[in-house]
Amino acid sequence: MAGLIILAFFVLVAILAPILISPESLDVTKATGERFDPPSLAYPLGTDEDGRSILLLLAYGTRISLTVGLAATLISMVIGTAVGIMAGHFRGAGSHALVGVTDWFLVIPFLPLAIVLATVLGPSTLNLIIVIGITSWAGTARLIRAQTLSIEGRPYIERSKALGAGNWHQMTRHVLPNVFPLVLANTTLTVAIVILSETTLSFLGLGDPLAPSWGAILDSAFSTGAVSQGAWWYVLPPGICVVLVVLAFTLVGRAMERIMEGRT
Amino acid sequence: MRVSVASLRVFGCHRDGRVVVIGARDLRVVFGGRVRAVDGVDLEVDAGEIVALVGESGCGKTTLARTLLGLERPSSGEVLFEDKPLDYRRLKAYRRQVQLVLQDPLGALNPRHTVYDAVAEGLRIHRVPGDEQALVADALSRAGLRPPERFFLRYPHELSGGQRQRVVIAGALVLEPRVLIADEPVSSLDASVRGEILGLLLRLRDELGLTVLVVTHDLGLAWNIADRVAVMYLGRIVEIGPTAEVLQSPQHPYTQALLSVVPDVGHTEQIVLTGEPPDPARIPSGCRFHPRCPVVLPECTSVSLPILGVGGGHRAACVRVE
Amino acid sequence: MSLLEWRDVSVDYAGPDGPVPAVRGVTLSVERGEVLGIAGESGCGKSTLAATVLRLLPDSARVGGEILLDGADVLTMSWGKLRAARWSDAAIVFQGALHSLNPVQSIGKQLAEPIRLHKTAADPDARVRELLEQVGLPASRASAYPHELSGGQRQRVMIAMALACGPDLVIADEPTTALDVMVQAQVLDLLTGLVRDLGMGMVLISHDLGVLGTTCDRIAVMYAGRIVEIGPGLEVFDDPQHPYTRALAGAFPRVGDPAARYAPVGLPGDPPYPGDLPGGCDFHPRCPVVMDACATASVSLVDAGVGRVAACLRVSS
Repeated sequence: MAGLIILAFFVLVAILAPILISPESLDVTKATGERFDPPSLAYPLGTDEDGRSILLLLAYGTRISLTVGLAATLISMVIGTAVGIMAGHFRGAGSHALVGVTDWFLVIPFLPLAIVLATVLGPSTLNLIIVIGITSWAGTARLIRAQTLSIEGRPYIERSKALGAGNWHQMTRHVLPNVFPLVLANTTLTVAIVILSETTLSFLGLGDPLAPSWGAILDSAFSTGAVSQGAWWYVLPPGICVVLVVLAFTLVGRAMERIMEGRT
Repeated sequence: MRVSVASLRVFGCHRDGRVVVIGARDLRVVFGGRVRAVDGVDLEVDAGEIVALVGESGCGKTTLARTLLGLERPSSGEVLFEDKPLDYRRLKAYRRQVQLVLQDPLGALNPRHTVYDAVAEGLRIHRVPGDEQALVADALSRAGLRPPERFFLRYPHELSGGQRQRVVIAGALVLEPRVLIADEPVSSLDASVRGEILGLLLRLRDELGLTVLVVTHDLGLAWNIADRVAVMYLGRIVEIGPTAEVLQSPQHPYTQALLSVVPDVGHTEQIVLTGEPPDPARIPSGCRFHPRCPVVLPECTSVSLPILGVGGGHRAACVRVE
Repeated sequence: MSLLEWRDVSVDYAGPDGPVPAVRGVTLSVERGEVLGIAGESGCGKSTLAATVLRLLPDSARVGGEILLDGADVLTMSWGKLRAARWSDAAIVFQGALHSLNPVQSIGKQLAEPIRLHKTAADPDARVRELLEQVGLPASRASAYPHELSGGQRQRVMIAMALACGPDLVIADEPTTALDVMVQAQVLDLLTGLVRDLGMGMVLISHDLGVLGTTCDRIAVMYAGRIVEIGPGLEVFDDPQHPYTRALAGAFPRVGDPAARYAPVGLPGDPPYPGDLPGGCDFHPRCPVVMDACATASVSLVDAGVGRVAACLRVSS
């Protein structure tokens, strides 16, 4: 419940940001504040190195972080579920190949792989989404495959085969509806992980330089010496936002898992 | 479309006036190169006949049934449908003719599908033309669930065991198959409910001319509804014939032992075989039953017994019989 | 003094809409050296009745009446005495027991567990070997794991476990369901042999009236939490007095009986859910010989022959 409330707040901010805040406030050339100004009435969270309001930057950052989070999760879940179901349903060489690929992605350390991919593809929000989507589907695939295997053993799959169902029918009409609760519960947890990944990559400077996602804000904070200046209003808030959103998704995901457990 | 027994004579092959619908010829199914689940079976089931395939676990009866359905591929030999070998490229079309009823109705139905969806599934897979709702309602009422509309939106867990099994049967009937293969159709149902499902199978045979192959370990069930009984042991049919003859004058020592231990009042001496049903990965030489046979003869360890052929008479694969 | 006596026992489970009466006023007794059969289907309360003997029901269940194990009421026993009684005075072989073995422990270890807990033998391993032989398994199998044994062998292990502390009473709940007919015969032979050789009392619970008819001295038939018929084993199977017993017996047709050819006997509807009982005679909605009075009359066990009682209006009339 608490998770949902927090989430709702952030989603609201993300949606309303462009409406309430003029994009001009992000424009470096039009910044009106002093450099590294501490929080005040005019600038509730202070200013950055160019005099922009941190609060407004954060609000815009919400959009980016959430967008990347959800989009990359979508890609990850679709690939993961599809691979998982196919790997669990089919037998033989094809299945072994799929499992092999899954394991490969699981074993390779995420960060180096993501860095390499992001560097190769170039810095942009879309590329960030692709990179994260491609590197985080393996865990889901494993989970879905295990669930598929257990469903495959149930008599109604055999009955479906006996009725004449082909592979596609069995996978979409029988396996998918029964793994769906697991997919749902897993999705919310994946979003949390994806947002963290996005923050990390942006922090490392691999995101879109023009898009002030929270990670990018942190990156700016560190690279412009906010720490040594003591500008805590620059460093802390983005981190806290990330923590809150991840926490919210995790809470929601856990709650869904509990609901699913009750049902199966 | 009601198939009358008379019109059945148009299909299938006639043999001494009988119409053979489904069968096996020298069928063998080997798993992993070692486990000879089905080790040479010749079988012919006539149109409108109810044949019971009986035996203990590991005898191969379920594997034989699944192979006849096309769910398993034989290692050698053939499955025959209307006297023609099964074409494994046209399995989907075959499925409309030969349907399956599984043992556990609760497991056999997808818990997330309504009764309507469960029965309509076959129609949708085969894209059967016509009014889907009418076909589903018809199948449900033929399976004894009346009024059918009342069951459309129910879920399997809301139904009783007997009702669930009727839904499974309806799902099979909706495709208007010629053959129904039932694997232990009543063993997971309450005792007092079994009769209605068995009665349903009999009625379907009488009204629709359905051919039924029942796989079971229950000899009483065979006595109840089967025209012929085939007793299997370690992958072979060891005795076959009309039910009354096989179950009242068994010729094979294994059948005799099985019948003697069926709980009954005032029975003859029980022949309780020692040991466990043996392992199909290590089939004994000679007569496969000889290690447990209470009346074994010296030649039984080396004799090579032929596969019991087809035909309506009562035959047993035993040295003492020949 | 009877070995076990249920006196007007009733059990109510806590249900979402109030108490669900699983057992309603059952009075039965078991003597030493006797095999009592309890016949019935799902929902009739037989497994619940069995669990009452060792007070194995959940805390939310309310048990009424008296359950006398060798004269002492199990329901009012102190916790210490109850723990001592569990397994060394009476033991239960549960339904589906062959799936209750711990897959990662050898059966020898699992057999030794109750022996060690109750300290009934100085050398548990020797006792384990002795038990295995008693149930017809070679002693060498003590080191085997459950998955290496067949269904029949696992069932024997469960019986050995029940015998581990030398109880006077063994309750076996559906010991032969899921077993092949030949293995079933072996297990039944084993059970009746043990009663004979060890002088124990045994309660056999099953839905298969044929199995009970040929192995039990007496049979009690349960329906909807009540007993509807009691009589000598063979007689109840061969000549049932209550319509339900007749239907139950008919579900296991006798091979060779011409009347059973192409004539399956079955009842419409289902065994009733205990929370949802009809008025009058519990069985009347499904009874093939129902009369008008059955819907409202209260039915109790009446004499139906020598040593036989049945709860049916037709019997008293």
